[in-house]
Amino acid sequence: MNAGPQDAGARLQDRVVCFHCGQAVDAPGRWRTPVDGEDREMCCAGCQAVAQAIVAAGLDDYYRHRSAPAAGPEAVPAELAALQVFDAPEVQARFVRGGGEDLETTLMLDGLRCGACVWLIERSLAAVPGVTAASVNFATERAVVRWDPARTRLSALLSRIAAVGYRAMPFDAQQREAQLARATKTLFRRLFVAGIGMMQVMMYAFPVYTAEAGDIDWSFEHAMRWASLVLTLPVVLYSAQPFFAGALSDLRARSLGMDVPVAIGVGTAFAASAWATVAGRGEVYFDSVTMFVFLLLGARYLEWIARRRASRAIDAVSAALPEQVERLSPERAATVDDRAADPARLAAIPTETVPALRLAPGDLVMVGNGARIPADGRIVAGSTAIDQSLLTGESIPVPRTVGDELAGGSINAGSPIYLRVLRSRADSALSTIERLIERAALEKPAIAELADRVAAWFVVALLLFATGVLLFWWAVDAPRALPIAIAVLVVSCPCALSLATPAALAASTGAITRRGILLARGRALETMATCTDVVFDKTGTLTEGRPRLVDTETFRDLDADAALALAAAMESGSAHPLAAALVQAAAARTPAAAPREAPTASAIVVHPGLGVEAVVAGRALRLGARRFAVADGDVDPGSATDRAPDSVIDRSPAGDGAAVARPGGEGSEVWLADAQGPLARFALVDALRADGAACVRSLQQSGLRVHLLSGDRQEAVAALAAQLQMTSWRAGASPADKLAQVRALQAQGRRVLMVGDGINDAPVLAAADASLAVGHATALARTAADTVLLSDRLAMIPELLAIARRTRVVIRQNLTWASLYNAVAIPAAAAGYVPPWLAAIGMSLSSLLVVGNALRLRLPARMAADAPPTAEAPAAVPHDTAPPDRASR
Amino acid sequence: MESLFLLIPISLVIIGIAVWLFFRMSDSGQFDDMTGPAHAILMDDDRPAPQAPADPESKLRQPPED
Repeated sequence: MNAGPQDAGARLQDRVVCFHCGQAVDAPGRWRTPVDGEDREMCCAGCQAVAQAIVAAGLDDYYRHRSAPAAGPEAVPAELAALQVFDAPEVQARFVRGGGEDLETTLMLDGLRCGACVWLIERSLAAVPGVTAASVNFATERAVVRWDPARTRLSALLSRIAAVGYRAMPFDAQQREAQLARATKTLFRRLFVAGIGMMQVMMYAFPVYTAEAGDIDWSFEHAMRWASLVLTLPVVLYSAQPFFAGALSDLRARSLGMDVPVAIGVGTAFAASAWATVAGRGEVYFDSVTMFVFLLLGARYLEWIARRRASRAIDAVSAALPEQVERLSPERAATVDDRAADPARLAAIPTETVPALRLAPGDLVMVGNGARIPADGRIVAGSTAIDQSLLTGESIPVPRTVGDELAGGSINAGSPIYLRVLRSRADSALSTIERLIERAALEKPAIAELADRVAAWFVVALLLFATGVLLFWWAVDAPRALPIAIAVLVVSCPCALSLATPAALAASTGAITRRGILLARGRALETMATCTDVVFDKTGTLTEGRPRLVDTETFRDLDADAALALAAAMESGSAHPLAAALVQAAAARTPAAAPREAPTASAIVVHPGLGVEAVVAGRALRLGARRFAVADGDVDPGSATDRAPDSVIDRSPAGDGAAVARPGGEGSEVWLADAQGPLARFALVDALRADGAACVRSLQQSGLRVHLLSGDRQEAVAALAAQLQMTSWRAGASPADKLAQVRALQAQGRRVLMVGDGINDAPVLAAADASLAVGHATALARTAADTVLLSDRLAMIPELLAIARRTRVVIRQNLTWASLYNAVAIPAAAAGYVPPWLAAIGMSLSSLLVVGNALRLRLPARMAADAPPTAEAPAAVPHDTAPPDRASR
Repeated sequence: MESLFLLIPISLVIIGIAVWLFFRMSDSGQFDDMTGPAHAILMDDDRPAPQAPADPESKLRQPPED
């Protein structure tokens, strides 16, 4: 026990023990994994796989800190041994979320074949006591599971999935990529073998089909049958293996997937043909078997490629954080003052390369040109342009400078910057987005659940029907019985039935994600398609939510810059939006290169709801509402009368009440005065977002009723409504008023989409049929909305609604097609009009049609991405020198 | 017609060779990326490397006239 666990592998000279589990290694050198820079011996492939997973996840600390070897293969069956490592808390820390009685994780799945697999895995997981929710996303091949750790363990869930024939591993983007590449390659090989087998078997079969009876000598035909048998054997054993494996695991799990009829069809046709070849009499169907396998595999291959493409937008989010970062030495970094950091001094601090996983809040990192921002953080030194296209779908880099917050996952497209890490990786905006996406996957639209249930029963009914057909034809026309029964099995397409909805949802989710809209609830698209009314909040939704200084009027001998500098000094500590606007305006006017000569304020007294009082440069100054700052009767003659105190509306969540005054007009006024009278008047306006008007107009044109509900003053809301030509608006509405208004609309039978800022409007958003938050990525975790607009492009809202409606149309088309096809094809096959090979073509085409139709949802997304032609042109970077993330995707 | 007894086995052997060749090609990664190589042929990578590869911005700072 006194030797370190690292020595476990080398301690015993006479025999080698497994570095992972401590068991004796029977075949040294067979399984090895580099851990801590040394090749370690492993006892079995299971331990090797687990060790590799641990090292790849950057968790090799596990081996340094563990006090006992992991559970070995003797304690439990080999596969379980490999899984049990995932019960260790230090391993779980990487991929398990939540705590207490409710843990949640994302698993990646291997071996999903069609919608029925999804149903099977969900059902088997839900049957485990302690599992509170389980959902499988077919498009991304991931499962989200929630469980109560007191009642079950993660390894039990993983082995449960293994028991029904799938492989599940905790999600890891890199491992996932390798797994996908392997699966693609294998599938392609199977397809090739089936294709070449099909062509050659057809070559042997063709002369027999075309020749007159008796033209071909029996000995030649017999030889060609044997050759066909030899060629069909690898097609059935190798190419068709996924169908048999799938059918087997379906049967083992006592459920019927779509592989069962396929496997029975292929198996029976091949067995009958082989028997006919050996016995030298009867019919052979080698050409049908090979063609069937090839067409099915072809459909599966194309569907696989389409699915990979659709899930890429989602995978991009999870793969976005870099693995390695340049961290500044933590001891020295802690001493850096974030407000006055000197880039030259920062550059002198030694850096170390560490896994991004180990970043902690407070760390200081250097992010070079073209690199990904490793974590949510604030710029400490340097100005740059940030490409946030991953989060917002916007490809034009936005300028960012000292003090700005950046979300992890975006790209630094400009010069190197120093970044203070604000949040750990698990709490980052990107992780939150990922979690919301996964939560959305937990909820399936009702129509998808129905289709899954129908598909499962469909297979049972089909098998019974095929048996009946076989018996019928056996009695009527025995030689035709088998091919007809096979045709019935093959022609039916439960896959199209259960694929119809998931394929459409996957495609539209991808399209939406690329537009910078986050789908936080799975059912949002379904309800959004039926919305008749759109209700907008004003501040922060249609407007920018941040007042900006538009006009400065000065009195006496003060110039505008000096007045602004005074105001900024008084407000520098305030978080109020108006204060922030003044400080920002002042900073913008001060030349960056010039040393700071800004005055400092002392004796600051905040009068909530009125303003702030302070001493600057020996002068007692007041800043805020006019009636507070300027003594009565001492007012400049041209302006309106004073407002009553109740006109002061403070809607800011962080409002400290300072400097709020909103006399008349559309904007706000802040007055600066000393004892002698007013010094300056600042006019601030919360401007309408650039594409707000276009968005509202486009919604109105598509036949939706648009409403404006705001807590703001009558004048401001009326002005905005007039500007946007909205007839239905209401000002001064409290959250309860808004709720009542939305409920009233719903009572009239309207379906309401609420667009708000996501945090202040939470109850209204929750009450509406569908909701969209126009927020900032950093405030995501608190959002209550179904969907979140990550960029500030309101023009995406009409597009989102259009996609939702098109998704609904496509799902209906797909379901209609699948039902119609089956309703026509199965009776036709049962009546003997469809030979097996035609049945295979029909079924493959039906599946392809459904997937292809769903992929249409992606098309306009590509056009939209190319729409701003100037976006990518200026860089003019050839593909191979683009930032690595783009080149690799 | 008796040549068929020779030709049929030969066809089987040829198919075996074709499959073996394909598996080797697949192992060498030829089919991993079906689009990249099509673009790669258009890229001039036989030009000398830029003088200051350490500064990726230098390319962008050049005046656009040349």
